[in-house]
Amino acid sequence: MAERVGFFTDTSICIGCKACEVACKEWNDVPDDGFVFRATSYDNTGGLGASTWRHVAFIEQRVPAPGNGGPGGPSGAGELPADSVGPGVETGADGERPGAVVGEPVDRWLMASDVCKHCTHAACLDVCPTGALFRTEFHTVVVQADVCNGCGYCVPACPYGVIGRREDDGRAFKCTMCYDRLRGGLEPACAKACPTDSIQFGPLDELLERAERRVTDLHGQGRTEARLYGADPNDGVGGDGAFFLLMDDPEVYGLPPDPVVTTRDLPAMWGWAAGAALSMAGVMAAAFLRRRR
Amino acid sequence: MVPEAEFRSYYGQPVIKAPVWHVPHMPLYLYLGGLSGGASLMSAAARLAGHDRLGLTARVTAAAGATLGAGFLVAELGRPERFLNMLRIFKPTSPMSVGSWILAAHSGLSALATASAVMSAAPASAVAARLPRRVAAALPAAGDAAAVATALTGPLMATYTAVLVADTAVPAWHEAHRELPFLFAGSALASAGAMGMLATPRAQAGPARVAAAAGAAVELAAGAVIERRLGLVGEPYREGRSGRLMRAARALTAGGGLLATVAGRSRALTALSGLALTAGALCTRFGVLEAGRASAADPKYTVVPQRQRLESGDRASTAAPARSWP
Ligand code: SF4
Ligand code: SF4
Repeated sequence: MAERVGFFTDTSICIGCKACEVACKEWNDVPDDGFVFRATSYDNTGGLGASTWRHVAFIEQRVPAPGNGGPGGPSGAGELPADSVGPGVETGADGERPGAVVGEPVDRWLMASDVCKHCTHAACLDVCPTGALFRTEFHTVVVQADVCNGCGYCVPACPYGVIGRREDDGRAFKCTMCYDRLRGGLEPACAKACPTDSIQFGPLDELLERAERRVTDLHGQGRTEARLYGADPNDGVGGDGAFFLLMDDPEVYGLPPDPVVTTRDLPAMWGWAAGAALSMAGVMAAAFLRRRR
Repeated sequence: MVPEAEFRSYYGQPVIKAPVWHVPHMPLYLYLGGLSGGASLMSAAARLAGHDRLGLTARVTAAAGATLGAGFLVAELGRPERFLNMLRIFKPTSPMSVGSWILAAHSGLSALATASAVMSAAPASAVAARLPRRVAAALPAAGDAAAVATALTGPLMATYTAVLVADTAVPAWHEAHRELPFLFAGSALASAGAMGMLATPRAQAGPARVAAAAGAAVELAAGAVIERRLGLVGEPYREGRSGRLMRAARALTAGGGLLATVAGRSRALTALSGLALTAGALCTRFGVLEAGRASAADPKYTVVPQRQRLESGDRASTAAPARSWP
């Protein structure tokens, strides 16, 4: 097995250009996923699915002004010169970060590129009855299209709602972390295309260290709302191979706040089923015993 | 009533994906698998207790249910021609893999049991006459052995489907993983009892009526516990389309179960009871599938319990040994 690789998606510097969505479609020949006007935000992609392997979420918020530890300021304001923040917004006094007048609510825009998490304990992989889903030498999770029989079990099993079944094709599809590129020694198409390096690819250990440093930096700038998501190897899925730096609660980005791999409880489930099966046999035996007398 | 929960989401979009299994294929498979499992158990008990006429009904029902059910299961696949890929591995972490092997064993055994029972019920038939003598001689014993063996595969057939749906991220299914096997087991007993009493002369259908009434009671009890224990996550079993299906299931099962206790008195009562129980079992399966969809479609069922877990400092972990593949 090669070293475990992954994605670190630092959403604090995402500019919502959707280059990752396009690069993924182009490289992997992912078909049209429908042109739907969602009337929510700048996001007409909607969410991950069989034909959407990268999805950029857009969230417009009005939040308390930064400067007193509250969340706020445009994403990545720490790197921006004060005059780029926008009209009508003043720089805080006494070396405070740029932002609005303290106390006044400001607009902020969250953008985040979502992807398959390549879970350490992957529910899709656990439940796949054909062995179509497998773990690669890079510790990523990939569907073998020539084995999948379209049973659809992986779809509701994923705690993040990532994998989907293409109804016209019949099989399940999701992000492969560009398995072909990895084998050729290249980084995945989305990470390659990302102009701000919001999507970073590399050995998972290195990414985790870098992410910790980034959170510390952001906290130092007063951006205390920065937090890592999916980076904890002790969480309900054993940690993600693709983890994130978020600027708000996970559910705001459409991510589950505390996901669990469903197969964690499988032994208990079989235990209850065995109890039910035994009771069933007992009831049937009793039904015949009663008639004999 | 559970108070309206406060939670945040991404434009109200679902967090997880709803099951893509089709209606009516999936619920019909759940029903037929239960029917076949219950009936095979009845055929085994009938063989041991010497109820030959009821045993014949049960064997035919078990085989027909398994065969028809398998048909729906294959039709449900996105790539039906690849059905046999289910049997290219045995994978304990996948209830669908385990279930495919249970189904394969169960349908084979119940077909054998039925073939032997039909042959001995009609020994002069053209098919029976054409069988090689040695096969004809071995068939009754082999059939009886197969029928008794389905006492093992039958209950698994009826309950593995509960593990199948519970082993997903769908909150209404996963959180009900204790009760669903009992709901399905009770429903399977009621279905098999109903079929036994509909297709067997009344004088010989006594045990079927008892099984039907007892199964209905188990099904009702399990349903009541689901509603009481699950709280917010159990809402889809009470509200909306799935709630209506579950209520219809409860009324039909309760009515059919009560009638089963007196159904020995007349053909009309037998027919009424058998049909009500069958309709109730079908409503249960359609209701459970629909509840799963509703549960996946609304982000509150995913977000609120997880958020509560985080806030109470009880965050999920895999400290318990995760059964991971490979
Ligand atoms: S995020 Fe979902 S699809 Fe991706 S590896 Fe985890 S369980 Fe599988
Ligand atoms: S749809 Fe395909 S990949 Fe998904 S669980 Fe079924 S066989 Fe495996």
